[in-house]
Amino acid sequence: MNAPHSRAWDSQRQSRARRLERAASLGLGKQIPAERIIDLLEAVIQPGDRVCLEGNNQKQADFLAESLADCDPARLNHLSMVQSVLALPSHVDLFERGLANRLDFSFSGPQGARLAKLVQEQRIEIGAIHTYLELFGRYFLDLTPNIALIAAQAADAEGNLYLGPNTEDTPAIVEATAFKGGIVIAQVNERLNKLPRVDVPADWVDFTVQAPRPNYIEPLFTRDPAQITEVQVLMAMMAIKGIYAEYGVKRLNHGIGFDTAAIELLLPTYAAELGLKGKICTHWALNPHPTLIPAIESGFVESVHCFGSEVGMDNYVAARSDVFFIGADGSMRSNRAFSQTAGLYACDMFIGSTLQMDLAGNSSTATLGRITGFGGAPNMGSDPHGRRHASPAWLKAGREAAGPNAIRGRKLVVQMVETFREHMAPVFVEELDAWQLQKVMGADLPPIMIYGDDVSHIVTEEGIANLLLCRTPEEREQAIRGVAGFTPVGMARDKAMVENLRDRGIIRRPEDLGIDPRLATRDLLAARSVKDLVRWSGGLYAPPSRFRNW
Amino acid sequence: METLDFQFASAPVSRSAHTALCGVVGSGNLEILVQAGDQPATCQVSIKTSARGFGATWQAVLATFTTSHPAGGTRIAINDMGATPAVVSLRLAQALAEYRGGEQ
Repeated sequence: MNAPHSRAWDSQRQSRARRLERAASLGLGKQIPAERIIDLLEAVIQPGDRVCLEGNNQKQADFLAESLADCDPARLNHLSMVQSVLALPSHVDLFERGLANRLDFSFSGPQGARLAKLVQEQRIEIGAIHTYLELFGRYFLDLTPNIALIAAQAADAEGNLYLGPNTEDTPAIVEATAFKGGIVIAQVNERLNKLPRVDVPADWVDFTVQAPRPNYIEPLFTRDPAQITEVQVLMAMMAIKGIYAEYGVKRLNHGIGFDTAAIELLLPTYAAELGLKGKICTHWALNPHPTLIPAIESGFVESVHCFGSEVGMDNYVAARSDVFFIGADGSMRSNRAFSQTAGLYACDMFIGSTLQMDLAGNSSTATLGRITGFGGAPNMGSDPHGRRHASPAWLKAGREAAGPNAIRGRKLVVQMVETFREHMAPVFVEELDAWQLQKVMGADLPPIMIYGDDVSHIVTEEGIANLLLCRTPEEREQAIRGVAGFTPVGMARDKAMVENLRDRGIIRRPEDLGIDPRLATRDLLAARSVKDLVRWSGGLYAPPSRFRNW
Repeated sequence: METLDFQFASAPVSRSAHTALCGVVGSGNLEILVQAGDQPATCQVSIKTSARGFGATWQAVLATFTTSHPAGGTRIAINDMGATPAVVSLRLAQALAEYRGGEQ
């Protein structure tokens, strides 16, 4: 018998040792002065490396992102970037300056147009657009980073990290990198002798650098109640009475739009008047939405686990430790991977909004000229076939879809949209822009955010369509047309068939739900301004200055 | 500015108020005044709107409204500043509910 072919089994560890040696030879210790960060990055990163740049739609490792973009493309090139969100100008600079040429990501909100341009010029190769959980999952399989550039609140002398309330993606990124021969570099806002708590132990962290300014955080989940319209109030009334109450939805996630903010602000008023306190909306996978404060203060909410934190909410959250997940140190620990898991498997409902929906119920936020991605919506907004535990809402939905002998339940996946967006752009369309975007990107699939077969209900100002009860593709199409209002898709409905669907309760109008349109005014909102939210919080909520007008 | 006039057949409404006024003339919003008309099975509508070229959409919104709600015997005057069909439909429902009084 031949001896097995000999090979080195620790090449990753050896590579890591050589990189650390190069840094040491430049006189770089574990604590890096800000002005030497480029020396460090050029010493430990190699051409072709897979680099994870931390940044979600909240916390950003912005100093490390800018520093990497300022490295010499002659030394660092062909980098393969893996990152949750492409949000900062420096993220796109990496590709424009020739440092990186491949990208696997989840979301690219503000940089969507620049990204689309780079794709058209073939200066960037997109591996895939993922959901957050999918991308985190691949960090532990085939997209494990060689280098992780992360953001922390504070480090101590040994390199232990305190992440603060915006824990977010950091634990997942660090674990994947540190245990597979990679190198972890953290930018920190401050150095402390003693940390409030240790979120990442020092022996998982190779270098820390104190950034010249605190890492950027976007207040993405702050919705000013002053901007909520009466149509949104009407839709929120329909959702509460026609879906939340009927299914007894206790465990849920909300999207970030004004539509769902209106629902949050109707819980202490309209929902309370309907006797729903304690019967709906008790357990949440949700960021600390300021618009949830009145519902929390009214005793509606038992528990909230957060993906990240929200600017200005830290003191309020810390003072409500019965509701939020607070450490012994007194500050919140969020965790995007765990909260997404809760959203996928433990929630009975996701309700959110979209920019376009087609006649099969497929929805997409991708429009021509912008590559935006999905973030976590597809995890929350999908019916997980891996779920096994039952709840009343899940069972009722499952039986509506498959009859009384259904062997599984269904998650409620609700899309809530006004039929027209701004500038009279119809939300309901014959064909999603995503199909043309697929061609432009040369992608395997169109970037569909929520698949139509996962959608259970559509709420518009015209009414609620229950797709679970539709028995044929034709019924489904007419149910969608039947709530599509005066868009061309809505106007082309088969009126007789829509009336039949209404008789069967598949489509329900506000009057069918017993909703008095005169109540649909802003007076029904528990808070009508950001100042009202501050008042509800007993002064604990400290909104960012751009939301203060008093 | 564009002026539009429509007439729709609609089931007679029982009124309890003399007039009903709903909404405000502001961007994306509209003001609706409902008064008694002279034909019990007809709803007469006159619209002044800042958004030109949406006559067909108004026709469709009002036709749906007068079919799904009893609005016969009314004259409805609308001052519009670019409200979406969603806002128009909600305001019409609010104004008519006001005109009819407590019943829905």
